[in-house]
Amino acid sequence: MKLRLLLPLLATLALLGLLFVGLGMNSRDLPSPLVGKPAPAFALEALEDAERLITEQDFIGEVALVNVWATWCSTCRSEKPLLMELAAGGIPIHAFNYRDERDAALRYLGVSGNPYRTIAYDPRGDAGIDWGVYATPETYVLDAEGVIRYKRIGPLSRQLLLDEVLPLVEKLRAEQLRAEKLREAKGVAQS
Amino acid sequence: MKRSLFLSLLGLPLWLAAGLAMALAIGQPVEFDNEAQKRQYDTLVRELRCTVCQSETIHESNAELAADMRRRVYDMTLAGHDADAIIEFMVQRYGDYVRYRPPLQANTWLLWASPFLLMFGGALVWWRIVVGRRGMAERPDFTEQERAVLERLRHDA
Repeated sequence: MKLRLLLPLLATLALLGLLFVGLGMNSRDLPSPLVGKPAPAFALEALEDAERLITEQDFIGEVALVNVWATWCSTCRSEKPLLMELAAGGIPIHAFNYRDERDAALRYLGVSGNPYRTIAYDPRGDAGIDWGVYATPETYVLDAEGVIRYKRIGPLSRQLLLDEVLPLVEKLRAEQLRAEKLREAKGVAQS
Repeated sequence: MKRSLFLSLLGLPLWLAAGLAMALAIGQPVEFDNEAQKRQYDTLVRELRCTVCQSETIHESNAELAADMRRRVYDMTLAGHDADAIIEFMVQRYGDYVRYRPPLQANTWLLWASPFLLMFGGALVWWRIVVGRRGMAERPDFTEQERAVLERLRHDA
């Protein structure tokens, strides 16, 4: 009998608990199915030079970040100082200039500095769909083999860099070094 | 007065026509090689979710990303990809989240089963109440003595 009286209370508490957990969840935190997959193929003009073609191969070779940005995106502007620091610290950053105008983008980079190694110009968001871009800014981490290892939807912050991105870059670089050594050892053994 | 009424009546169809033209512009592109392609496009744009607006299909949304996705669906449809291939393409990039109709798989079985579970729970509660009532409705057994008392009380009143 007592149990029967307690039952509605328990049910209500369970529901409240569920709703409370739901409150803490961010519906914009979407899992990216691309993490763990190779960088999607694309072919776009370089931002600086319409004659030069850029493909995913230009992003691959060492551990690197890929940043999706546009001049109309104010959060991209606010995260740019962090990118400048990263670039100065020796981390290569490639970029998609997403749904932007070439002149505006070039002028912007000329005034406030350019942290990017390669910039692919994507005015129609074509590569954007292939890379699963939701909204600018977005940042991917590629390993040396060109596999996407991390994706951040939204702006980077110093905390996020220290907690997640930089340790990951460190780890991937170590992996790359190990793989290279292994290859060398094999090469020596064969010759 | 009459004149302005007449003018506004004349203006209404024009206004509606302008609205239609705009709706078409938003819903572009609209040219297909055959009816099957058009049907496939129309179904798909209503089944894919605009991932930046979250509660809209790419058909309803005015977001730029939704327009890109519509264009991609259109291009792929014209190129001869079937509906499953196009949905698979989007799922690979944006996750299961882009589908308005979630697939039946390990992490969604509870979602699909919930209506039936709720119905079952409701039926269980209903059945218990019915059974409980049946027990309550039984006539109480009075002893000879109690019956006499009741009879007396009724007559006194």
